Amino acid sequence: MLNILQMHLDRMWQQAIKDHPIETCGIIAGKLGSNEASRFIPMKNIAQSTSFFEFDPKEQLQVWREMEVNDEEPIVIFHSHTHSEAYPSPADCSLAMEPNAHYVIISTQDKDLPDADHAIRSFRIMNGEIVEERIARVASYQTSVA
Amino acid sequence: MATINIPTILRPLTQQQKCIKLDAKNVAELIDNMDKQYPGIKERIMKGEQVHRFMNIYINDEDIRFSDNIYTQLNENDVITILPAVAGGTI
Repeated sequence: MLNILQMHLDRMWQQAIKDHPIETCGIIAGKLGSNEASRFIPMKNIAQSTSFFEFDPKEQLQVWREMEVNDEEPIVIFHSHTHSEAYPSPADCSLAMEPNAHYVIISTQDKDLPDADHAIRSFRIMNGEIVEERIARVASYQTSVA
Repeated sequence: MATINIPTILRPLTQQQKCIKLDAKNVAELIDNMDKQYPGIKERIMKGEQVHRFMNIYINDEDIRFSDNIYTQLNENDVITILPAVAGGTI
């Protein structure tokens, strides 16, 4: 299960809408081993594509170094699908390289429909195997609201 | 001796070590030496004679693709970072 702050879900959705139809991407870092995503970091999609994303390698190196210094890891790695459902594609699976991360996908294909912001799903991806997990929206990591 | 930062996904091959130290004159030799010590790591980094498209290697802050790639020379005390790209999409 992914416990995630409601404000981070809101930020992911807003960023995905702002970048639509280009795929958006980013991470939420948290203390090593805590499983609590706390530091929201939007990343540049260097591919600038409607069907692909790739972190800017230089920006990624800098962010990964910051996490190392802060004793953090990427708890959530998120990106959007702008023309398909919020489910990992074969490319998402084969390129999933952070075994401890929750992979969150936001679909903006029906962004104008009511409740479209519920098109956010979370997965664990390891060795090409996809396991969907429940998202628990919390106001803080002490109090669960959903 | 160069210091190599190992990404999480490759740590099962290095007995969970985040960081290893090895001697080598260039990146190609470094990867060969790593593979001798930690068998299987080379094929996770390289495809044939090239670094995988979505595997990035930095010497200090420089991406080896902008130097001499795997033939980039190493100096004493260089820090090599192996960092898988974060990428994906719907294609």
